[in-house]
Amino acid sequence: MFPYEGMIAETVQLQGDGGDWVSAYAARPLGTTGPLPGVVVVHHMPGWDEWSREVVRKFAQHGYNAVCPNLFHRFGVGSADDVAAVARSQGGASDAQVMGDIDGAVRWLKSLPASNGKAGIIGFCSGGRQVYLAACSVPSLDAAVDCWGGGVIATPEQLNEKRPVAPIDLTERMTMPLLGIFGNDDRSPTPEQVDRTEAELQRLGKTYEFHRYDGAGHGFFATDRPGYRPEQAVDAWGKVFAWYERWLAD
Amino acid sequence: MCTDIIEKAELSGSGKGAEGWFGLRQANVYYDHPFHAPLDHALIVDFVQDPDTPGHRVAVELSFESAERLIAAIRAALDSGIDAHAQDIQSVRVLAGVH
Repeated sequence: MFPYEGMIAETVQLQGDGGDWVSAYAARPLGTTGPLPGVVVVHHMPGWDEWSREVVRKFAQHGYNAVCPNLFHRFGVGSADDVAAVARSQGGASDAQVMGDIDGAVRWLKSLPASNGKAGIIGFCSGGRQVYLAACSVPSLDAAVDCWGGGVIATPEQLNEKRPVAPIDLTERMTMPLLGIFGNDDRSPTPEQVDRTEAELQRLGKTYEFHRYDGAGHGFFATDRPGYRPEQAVDAWGKVFAWYERWLAD
Repeated sequence: MCTDIIEKAELSGSGKGAEGWFGLRQANVYYDHPFHAPLDHALIVDFVQDPDTPGHRVAVELSFESAERLIAAIRAALDSGIDAHAQDIQSVRVLAGVH
């Protein structure tokens, strides 16, 4: 007899910021009653795209309930790329709204019958920046993974109505362990910016682990882009799963 | 990284999308992660009719080098157009109040 393996992946509706119903893509392992930890996947500026959905299914493959809320839900109805085009032209969703939607995704994960009551978060690029913010402002989360989030450090000119605070300035409020994955050839964040973020985490006594990879730049997990670095990506995915095993297991 | 840095140009003209021709009002231009092109970053132009509504969009995602070639080609085509149709172009500008 061979072991059963399966998952269900589907779009769902969950209550996000302000009680709004927003669309989300969710994947859950089948053949188990759990209890399982959950992971919120934060998409990047190109939107609720194929890459984000692949990541959601990857977590289900590894035994997690996973969900990626559509942070651009309120920008209109259409294909993910058309909606993302409108969102990008308007500067994306506000930090406050994104935090509300992430909190809603956490509540959705923890309400599942197979939940173990814990949930982590992972985000890439602009999603990495939002993960850093969530680690400081969404206490319902239990562990965070920031993959090359740029803009954690921001100059006053880079702040605006939608992004009023530099995430690094909220570090004191961080309530969960943070894993950081970075490429040393990245220009946003630069290695120097990663140094400054790490110094702030150390100064405030936060629980964190940073892994920096030589020979890798920005977005080195993306298998369909020239920047993909298989050796570094495989190692870093191992670090991600080890992190969640450590902080989200029963 | 993903940025919200975007350049916008007001347009007058037409574009053809999946549902046929439509009027264009704006181009949104940025250099960032593409949705489809197998590039880490791309010069992205969205030619749109209504900037606030999804759809009715002609989108291109170009490598840096090909975007530079496109800019040169547009410039060359406009220069040729000025040489060949200077009188027409001046008439249009006068009608539009541009001198």
